[in-house]
Amino acid sequence: MTEHRRSLWFMLSIYIGGLIFGVGLAVSGMTRPEVVLDFLQFEDFGLLFVMGGAAAVTGITFTIATQFFDQAPLTTTKYTRRVRELDRNVVIGGSIFGVGWGISGICPGAAYASVGIGNYPILWAVLGMFLGAYAQGYWRTLRSRSTEDATETTAS
Amino acid sequence: MTELASLLVVGELFPRGVLPYLLGGLLVGVGAAVIYLATGIIAGASTFLESTLSYVSAVPRFNRSRYTQSRNWRLLFTAGIISGAAVYAVLFQTGGWTTEIQWWRLLGGGVLVGIGTRLGKGCTSGHGVCGVGSLSNTSFVNVATFLAVAVGTAQLVQAMGVSP
Repeated sequence: MTEHRRSLWFMLSIYIGGLIFGVGLAVSGMTRPEVVLDFLQFEDFGLLFVMGGAAAVTGITFTIATQFFDQAPLTTTKYTRRVRELDRNVVIGGSIFGVGWGISGICPGAAYASVGIGNYPILWAVLGMFLGAYAQGYWRTLRSRSTEDATETTAS
Repeated sequence: MTELASLLVVGELFPRGVLPYLLGGLLVGVGAAVIYLATGIIAGASTFLESTLSYVSAVPRFNRSRYTQSRNWRLLFTAGIISGAAVYAVLFQTGGWTTEIQWWRLLGGGVLVGIGTRLGKGCTSGHGVCGVGSLSNTSFVNVATFLAVAVGTAQLVQAMGVSP
């Protein structure tokens, strides 16, 4: 992901992809925190089909692209899978996210889509997510400065 | 669609039916696939939070090149998500809808979501959809963790009588 030519086609693909993504979140009801909380309270297991259906499509897409094609036409970026290093933060972060998701019933993508359906109280959640993202970024910057923790400074 | 959905009600496990969930999930996957096939980018929704902060904050973490180089298209990705949901609402939603969930749950939960998704390297779209689709062990661990903790938290909140 070095220097993309930010061509019209690049920006158009991002926007159209986002548009379909947003329609999907609205169709699935993930824009409504109540639906997510119903899942977490074992009253409606539909969310499994949302995550499963989406992961099936991306899984097939990633497999075909990495097996049969070399690089993306608009950026010449090589097709890869999503791989992140497994460390303590993956579990700690997942736990903190889980508490937040369980309290509010919202996650980032669904919150943006919820703004789109006119659910204005969700702006509280969007504000909260920015505050939380800022807090962890501020704290991690301080920490990596004071301890020169190699795992923090080299994390990409 | 509601008529179709009501035909597909499967017992008490799926009181709203299965079809809207499956169709919505497939569309979410197609949206991510469009971006991936065209650009090679595996887009997650939560990185937007940090990359957008780089416009207004001097904190070095937000101003790493991977955020400053991607912040413009991430803004557009989020604009796409918002407008896609808006298109759906205009076409299929009768009247306005707003959540009953109390504001402090949204704000407080949101703060934890902001911290946790960034610390944990992804959210429901990055790990849950793209990471699981990549058969990434890291993502399986993250998803299992946040699902289990969220179920426990939501049931505890319900048991404490907090509603909505």
